[in-house]
Amino acid sequence: MIYNIPFFAVIILIAVGMYAVIFRRNLIKIAIGITIVESAVNLFLITLGYREGGVAPIYTNLPANVVIPGGMVLPVPQALTLTSIVIGVAVLALMLSFIIRIYQYYGTLDSKKVRRLKE
Amino acid sequence: MNVDWLLTHSPALLIAIPLLAAFLTPVIDRINKKARDAFVIIVLIIAEIIMIALAWDVFTGSAHIYTMGASSPTATIPAQAAVPIRIVLEVDGMSAFMGLISTTVSLAAGFYSLAFVKKETGQGRYYALLLLMLVGMLGMEFTGDIFNLFVFLEVLSMASAALIAYRFYYGDAVEGAFKYCVVSSLGALMVLFAIGLLYGQYDLLNMAALAKVMKYTTLDRIALVLLIAAFAMKCGAVPMHMWTPDSYTVAPAPITAMLVAASQASLYALFRICFSLYGLTLDVTTVGIIIIALGLLSMFVGVTMALPQKDIKRLMSYHAVSQTGYMLLGVGVGLYLLGKPDFDTYGMAAMEGGIFHIINHALYKGLLFLTAGAIFYKVKTRNLNEMGGLAHSMKFTTIFFMIGALAIAGIPPFNGFASKLLIYESAYHVSPILSIIAMLVSIITLASFVKVFHSAFMGPPMENAEEGDVPKSMIIGMAILTVGIILFGLFPGWVVSNIVHPAAQALAAQAGYIGSVAGGA
Repeated sequence: MIYNIPFFAVIILIAVGMYAVIFRRNLIKIAIGITIVESAVNLFLITLGYREGGVAPIYTNLPANVVIPGGMVLPVPQALTLTSIVIGVAVLALMLSFIIRIYQYYGTLDSKKVRRLKE
Repeated sequence: MNVDWLLTHSPALLIAIPLLAAFLTPVIDRINKKARDAFVIIVLIIAEIIMIALAWDVFTGSAHIYTMGASSPTATIPAQAAVPIRIVLEVDGMSAFMGLISTTVSLAAGFYSLAFVKKETGQGRYYALLLLMLVGMLGMEFTGDIFNLFVFLEVLSMASAALIAYRFYYGDAVEGAFKYCVVSSLGALMVLFAIGLLYGQYDLLNMAALAKVMKYTTLDRIALVLLIAAFAMKCGAVPMHMWTPDSYTVAPAPITAMLVAASQASLYALFRICFSLYGLTLDVTTVGIIIIALGLLSMFVGVTMALPQKDIKRLMSYHAVSQTGYMLLGVGVGLYLLGKPDFDTYGMAAMEGGIFHIINHALYKGLLFLTAGAIFYKVKTRNLNEMGGLAHSMKFTTIFFMIGALAIAGIPPFNGFASKLLIYESAYHVSPILSIIAMLVSIITLASFVKVFHSAFMGPPMENAEEGDVPKSMIIGMAILTVGIILFGLFPGWVVSNIVHPAAQALAAQAGYIGSVAGGA
């Protein structure tokens, strides 16, 4: 049970993030929503990578009785998460710069009012 | 450096050359603007040439495998491991087919951009992002690794979003870009979540190795739903099409043509997931019907939304949604029949129709968006009611527009006819209603393009119109796509048997896809 708690956290975070993206009207809050979903997915990947009793694959500082390579964990989920975090930063920066421009041209951050395209 | 060496390494080179060139472009821009233009065009031409050579080799021979960082490109499974760990690029018929589309459209867009963005600022970064879009598309199409697919999807999305907002001084451009950015990053996160689900069960990221052990558990189904939803959203299928008209309309015209190819890269990913990753383990009847339904909805809703539009690019964007429906219908019918005895008789023909339509659509829709851009370049408006009589001054653009419009409506001898006929004939066997709706949509498409032609090109010349056509480089860009349309329309038989059939075959034969990486199906 205790090991499942991160998965529940993932579900709750995704729900919160999706709520913010779909129902919030402030563009910055939409951006925050996407960041929350992204954190949830990252948490999911990291949780998948946890193995009870596994050892980090760092050769120089291994405990004496570890079998190589069976006793070590394969660090793929961690690598995926790092990549995903880097991508997430780029997405967030791009979205925030769009928001700055939108504020300059529309004078508002309300998504109901930022709809010149729908005319 | 001989031809064999080039062919062996071409999958990696095709990604590496535009990627490195993308980051060199702003540097060259600092030194000399003309050199930068020449550099970008040369890189695009080199990519096109390598792509044609690689595609030819794949169509006549077998799939190319390239393992990143291995001692030999074909060593997919490392010596101490039982499964592929490294990133594997797998270029089979379908990948090569999509790669051809991406490089050709990028080349046309590159030429067109030379004149189109001449007066804008920040051109160095514009071309850098254009090359990154090409990298993203090629990467998505070549990769055999599902996480790598996600990375290239994000590369493509971010480059596209930034380019949609390129003319930020219009305000609405940024609005469209923000919408695109939100939709694509949510979609990409869904893909990543699905990748997590698959990795958690099988400890694998390689698509071929995953397909080999796929058991279609409940978690696999959830992953499938997430993947289909995300990629259907990215390719603009109804009911997830809201972003398409908004972002296509405001992007600069060459970028809109690129976005069409980018949507098709997502379409490719959707097909790859259904056919190669899941294949016969999934419930092909149900998933086939869902994809057919998505296709029918996209076709019909897209075209009916297009009819009342007054903005020329918005109208064309809705047509892009509608045409995506044809591809989903054709390949959906193929998926529906996969593994059934009828597959060899008309299921294959349906897939060939759907896949042939992908390249046709990229050519004529790209061309139509470029002509819309040429009109905008000339009269500075996208509103159909404010333009007229353009045929008097823009002779080339008028001809190009006519060819594109006839091709999209499926009039022989242009290419749209060939692929639509294949879809009509084969979908008829599944249910006559499918073909009837498809033909009806085709007729409405023609009607709406007659309207555009009439209001934009016919009538007395505009009072304040400048003399002459658009600059030469824009005409070259449009001509590249027009030549493709005419050639594909005149020799559909040759194209289908030599280019489209290997692509459809590569999608349908899952064992071949698995065998070439994981060894033995």
